Amino acid sequence: MLMITCPWCGEREQIEFSAGGQAHIARPEDPAKLSDEEWGAYIYVRDNPKGVHFERWVHSHGCGKWFNAVRHTVTDVFWDVYTMGEEKPWVPEDWDGLTTRAQYETAKTAGQTAEGGEQK
Amino acid sequence: MTKYSIFSLIRNALSYHENWQKAWRSPDPKPEYDVIIVGGGGHGLATAYYLAKECGITNVAVIEKGWLGGGNTGRNTTIVRSNYLWDESAALYDHAVKLWETMSQDLNYNVMFSQRGLLHLAHNVHDMQEIGRRGHAIKLNGIDSEFISPAQVKEMVPFINLECRYPVMGALLQRRGGTARHDAVAWGYARAIDAMGVDVIQNCEVTGFKVEGGVVKGVETSRGYIGAKKVGVVTAGHTSVMAEMAGFRMPLESFPLQAFVSEPLKPVIDCVIMSNAIHAYISQSDKGELVIGGSGDPYVSYSQRGSFDQIEHVAGPVVELYPIFSRVRMMRQWGGITDVTVDRSPIITKTPVENLYFNCGWGTGGFKATPGSGHVFAHSIAKGEMHPIAAPFSMDRFYTGALIDEAAAAAVAH
Amino acid sequence: MSQSHRIEGKGRIDRSRTLSFTWNGARYMGHPGDTLASALLANGVRLVGRSFKYHRPRGIMTAGSEEPNAVVQLEEGARTEPNTRATVTELYEGLTARPQNCWPSVEFDIGAINSKLSRFFPAGFYYKTFMWPRKLWEPVYEKVIRKAAGMGESPMEWDPDSYAQHFEHCDVLIAGGGPAGLAAALAAGRAGARVILADEGPEFGGSLLSDVLEVDGEPADAWIEKTVAELQAMEEVTLLPRTTVTAYYDHNFLTACERVTDHLGPQVDDGVPRQRFWKIRARQTILAQGSIERPLLFADNDRPGVMLASAARTYINRYGVLPGREIVVFTGHDSAYKTALDAKAAGAKVEIVDLRPDPKGPLIDKARAAGIEIHAGCGITGTRGTKALHGCDVAELSEDGKSLKGAPYSLGCDCIAVGGGWNPTVHLFSQARGKLKWDDDKQCFVPHFCQQPTRSVGAGNGTFDLAGCLAEGLAAGAAAAKDAGFGDGAAPEAPAVEIEEEGPARQVWIVPSDKPLGHGKKHFHDHQNDVTAADIHLAAREGYISVEHLKRYTTTGMGTDQGKTSNVNALAVMAEIRGAQIPEVGTTTFRPPYVPTPFGAVTGQNRRALFLQERTTPMHPAHVANGAVFEDVGDWKRPWYFPKDGEDMEEAVQRECRQARETCGLLDASTLGKIDIQGPDAAWFLNMIYTNKWDQLKVGSARYGLMLNEHGMVFDDGVTTRLAEDHFHMTTTTGGAARVMGWLEEWLQTEWPDRRVYCTSVTEQWAVCTITGPNAKALMAELTDDIDVDPATFPFLTFREGTVAGAPARVFRISFTGDLAYEINVPARFGLSVWTTILERGYRHGLVQYGTETMHVLRAEKGFIIAGQDTDGTVTPMDLGMDWIVSKKKDDFLGRRSHFRSDTAREGRKQLVGILTEDPNVVLPEGAHLVEKPGRPPIPMLGHVTSSYRSPNVGRSIAMGLIKDGRNRIGETLYAPMMDGETVHRVTLCEPVFFDKEGSRTNG
Repeated sequence: MLMITCPWCGEREQIEFSAGGQAHIARPEDPAKLSDEEWGAYIYVRDNPKGVHFERWVHSHGCGKWFNAVRHTVTDVFWDVYTMGEEKPWVPEDWDGLTTRAQYETAKTAGQTAEGGEQK
Repeated sequence: MTKYSIFSLIRNALSYHENWQKAWRSPDPKPEYDVIIVGGGGHGLATAYYLAKECGITNVAVIEKGWLGGGNTGRNTTIVRSNYLWDESAALYDHAVKLWETMSQDLNYNVMFSQRGLLHLAHNVHDMQEIGRRGHAIKLNGIDSEFISPAQVKEMVPFINLECRYPVMGALLQRRGGTARHDAVAWGYARAIDAMGVDVIQNCEVTGFKVEGGVVKGVETSRGYIGAKKVGVVTAGHTSVMAEMAGFRMPLESFPLQAFVSEPLKPVIDCVIMSNAIHAYISQSDKGELVIGGSGDPYVSYSQRGSFDQIEHVAGPVVELYPIFSRVRMMRQWGGITDVTVDRSPIITKTPVENLYFNCGWGTGGFKATPGSGHVFAHSIAKGEMHPIAAPFSMDRFYTGALIDEAAAAAVAH
Repeated sequence: MSQSHRIEGKGRIDRSRTLSFTWNGARYMGHPGDTLASALLANGVRLVGRSFKYHRPRGIMTAGSEEPNAVVQLEEGARTEPNTRATVTELYEGLTARPQNCWPSVEFDIGAINSKLSRFFPAGFYYKTFMWPRKLWEPVYEKVIRKAAGMGESPMEWDPDSYAQHFEHCDVLIAGGGPAGLAAALAAGRAGARVILADEGPEFGGSLLSDVLEVDGEPADAWIEKTVAELQAMEEVTLLPRTTVTAYYDHNFLTACERVTDHLGPQVDDGVPRQRFWKIRARQTILAQGSIERPLLFADNDRPGVMLASAARTYINRYGVLPGREIVVFTGHDSAYKTALDAKAAGAKVEIVDLRPDPKGPLIDKARAAGIEIHAGCGITGTRGTKALHGCDVAELSEDGKSLKGAPYSLGCDCIAVGGGWNPTVHLFSQARGKLKWDDDKQCFVPHFCQQPTRSVGAGNGTFDLAGCLAEGLAAGAAAAKDAGFGDGAAPEAPAVEIEEEGPARQVWIVPSDKPLGHGKKHFHDHQNDVTAADIHLAAREGYISVEHLKRYTTTGMGTDQGKTSNVNALAVMAEIRGAQIPEVGTTTFRPPYVPTPFGAVTGQNRRALFLQERTTPMHPAHVANGAVFEDVGDWKRPWYFPKDGEDMEEAVQRECRQARETCGLLDASTLGKIDIQGPDAAWFLNMIYTNKWDQLKVGSARYGLMLNEHGMVFDDGVTTRLAEDHFHMTTTTGGAARVMGWLEEWLQTEWPDRRVYCTSVTEQWAVCTITGPNAKALMAELTDDIDVDPATFPFLTFREGTVAGAPARVFRISFTGDLAYEINVPARFGLSVWTTILERGYRHGLVQYGTETMHVLRAEKGFIIAGQDTDGTVTPMDLGMDWIVSKKKDDFLGRRSHFRSDTAREGRKQLVGILTEDPNVVLPEGAHLVEKPGRPPIPMLGHVTSSYRSPNVGRSIAMGLIKDGRNRIGETLYAPMMDGETVHRVTLCEPVFFDKEGSRTNG
């Protein structure tokens, strides 16, 4: 079960949230102008990446707020969460999803590899 | 291929089983094939089987990233049924059930398909309307379906708690529905296609497609480039990844789905029981384990694991409907990656790349369709023309709006 | 019976008390502190079960939860428990248990014939046969297989016990309370961290409880006591004995199962749960689960009397039980020598068969000094005795360990204690997505890397000596606490313990016998599923070499013990066959749970009344008092109908329908979803959400609206009223309320955050009484003095505020029956009183209270749809013949664009029409399909009946349905074939309005 950080409430159990699918899909300004393919792509087609995923969650059993998150779909580790309307956060090319953002950054500054979680 | 039978078993027993042959070879990839099937799950292997058996195309390779049947083929709850609402679905899934009925003999490999009967329980008026509609439709499509009363349900499952939170009001029964041994399906197909000259290549990951002038020429793999006149992709949860390599996107999301089994028990449940309002389905394997599944997590993940609350949300209903299982123990749980479409129907389709075909979107219900899916996909690839049963499942339904909405049928009660 | 195998003065059992128990029908004695297994051994009971496939006699093999053989049927009746491990079942007074999987008895088991025929049942034999003739598979072959398979028997009565769930957060969760775990808890606890220490057993100490060691110069017991006492004194430390950490999920979420009363035996359910299921979110975890000894694969290594060396030692030291009088210790490791020494000291005749040609070291010297004969460089090549071991054959092995040098000679023995090396218990680590690495010196898999904040310590980390365990535990405890924000990470000083030197080990994965492998003798590695080394060879021979194929083809490691004693041996054998290294073969995935866990425990309190909360309206008590029959609608309990003296549903509904139209009726409509929408952009928002126009709607007026998803399909409907310029009251379907609320919020927050619109669900704030029918006006007039109820001045689709039946009310002139109707909304707390007042006052007006079924009939008479019944997510407003509600003026609203897709715009889609049966008495079943001409299936279908009722007011059956090209077929005669395959009803399509077509009754 995931632990999800609501930008408004902080860390909460996954059972308090509902997943909202891929983030940053803007509703077309003028749907009438779209071809059937373009419209179909808007309502049905999703990135569904194996790796870094920009996605939406809503704290449905909490504050009720929608927000965005960046999660690695192989490790299910979150890189970041951010409120609606905020810019996509930066995600380094070499983030393998094995570390949290904090771990990644300390490791970087310490000039080590991302194996911060290695057995002592 | 030496035929399997009681006699070959006895003969080999006398020689201490030291003379059995490999069920399939482990060949190195040839430079080129007429058809490459990407994905060594049930659907991919079945596709190769019908290409070789019915389409006369034996210069075929099935390429599998890991080990055969290691994906959803070996992770599902082995339920086989064809009691679907829409004509298109009924045609596809019953086509499959008919092939299931002779699969063990066709493959000379016992896949233990047993039509022990499948119940869909209705727990409220809306459920009754839903099975009412589906039951009639199935019947008129020439597929077996019966309504039975709570009393009859009790006869089939004496220990069921009819008076649970959502009392059982009735059920839809498909006697031809049942279960099969999932691993055996993959192994049986592999052995059969190997015997017909198809190369089954495991531990070979596809890393890209070679496309020239909008036409696929072959695949790049962890074991080098392999040319192909045609390529069929049957990679379930990883379909979107394949599509991205080929340069297009799919109307799919990959969600985790979990299942679990109990410790082995002496026979106690003889049929398959599914329940919509109280979402859980259950059957008992030939080994004696209760095989239990439910709904999946609604977030994208390729981790083959889900969240614990989904396990809870299935275990709860099981105890509520079958209070005798409260002391029975959960022995093992696991997860798979299900490629889910918005209308909960599969996609069997040509793609923007010529000679590149996709078969995906089976979501949580692919196992039951294995032979049918392979059969229509094989014919579509061979002919370059979608098989009539497959045609309605083409990708363009998401642009025309002609969805085959099996999800909608079970809309929420009002 | 006497406890023939007790050792005087040894063990941690309480000899001052005696417990009697029943095994296999006979009565025995044991002591508190015993497990069922130790008590059986104490009484000289060897044979405890029959194996899964060959029904070979089996005895107790281990002293822990890894036990593959001694799984028994505990208790009888409602509390019976199949597949219970005798080795972890604490003895209690009156315990009853019996062997499984044998008939008629464990001594004489018919199934044992399989053992004679075993050569015909190699791994996967069932895939190769039972295919002919096809029709015999289910009725004969499979029936036999299923009967033979399975192990214990399911309870057949409801579980009388209760269970609890407990959610906990902690800084450091420690799994395993042995020396390493205790040390870790001590360090973390002293740092001030919130610690949970869980251990499977009834007392902490782990391996120390089976050992005879000194810590800090005194017996280990003293150190354990001291440590536990210190931990108990710490406020932030929770000690959980009898608690198995069962699973390790993502983001450090773990589950554990605490056996609260099992050790006391059946309890009267006094609210104390039988088991408590823990859901724990830990900042840091420390895995100190210890290690499990490996059996050796030698010929016929499954006789009752063959057990792990460590288990034998546990029975001697912890339980004061001598597992045999003539014990042969078979090993290639020093550690098993401790068993030999303790057994000797306890009075057994002991010999050691050591795979090593020239074992050296202090322990070996001790053994020699104790006068124990050591057969060096030898292996056991066979065993004798069926229901109990009585001897074994020993022979010298070749250098490569693959063949025999000398001729086998025999030794008498009633117990073989096997020590084949140790496997760290890495299950939880692997469940946490941890990666393992193979340690060549230690010959085992050890934890390597994990993405989650966890540390493995002690034997679970491949550190097998006590000093190392303590040091690692203390260090990890301090470090984990520091990472969780407590202390400086400095480990407390480790207590002094004597350093044990161990000589090099010799690993022989398959001990050869005088016969080729698989020729007569059996080398079992998975005892529970009866899988032998020969089966692995067969699997490899047939190409099932991937470890997952091996597992699934031979079923090795698939039993209730999950291969705790067999997996690594199986991998090793496969590696030898493939000429590969063990890590190349790979490991199978460790699946949760670590030990099987009851479904009841996982479910906890969420059963029966608490399974899914029931929602009821404020008027519910009145409904119950008035004898309502309830319908489940979503989570709601709604009155379905109100039967009077002996009426059945049909009669009650007919009466309610008739009376509601003749005089007046009362419906509890409180469950309808209600959403309060405010803000300057509210009207604009509704324009996007609904298909029709809202900006022009006058304040005080109401309007019906359809909501579409972006696919252009109807998903909810309802009446929304403009209370003020920027204030609307929206109603939704009962089942759709939450969905619609979520839908509105999603669009506002994610797409139109700048729009000033605020939605609040007020479903539960308002109780709603709907009065309908010719007498509604007169009744209303009696209920209120400050609202003019005259339809002339209080027109249809408007609302008034005032006082009704003494309660502040919003009254809406809307109607779901087509008759003159008032929808009275009062604050929930007034609901019951207003309802009862209306019932009293209504009496003189012939008021009838009606339920959802009558509501459905009345609306159907008027052709009003129910979203979700007459629609199914594939229906557009046009399909419903409601083009009028789709604004042509608006250039955008949710779902609009989809209506122009080729398939959505095409002619001949399924459309909502009325359906009349030729025989007015025939009520079509809902879901029935219409066809052009009946015949034998498959028949092309035109669509289905969505709503169907007997209408007393129309005087016949009525129905609606979604029919292909329905609008153009109105007047056509079609057919409805029934499920019996014979009956066919002739029907005619018509407009979907059956009653008061001109709508004259709406204003009374």
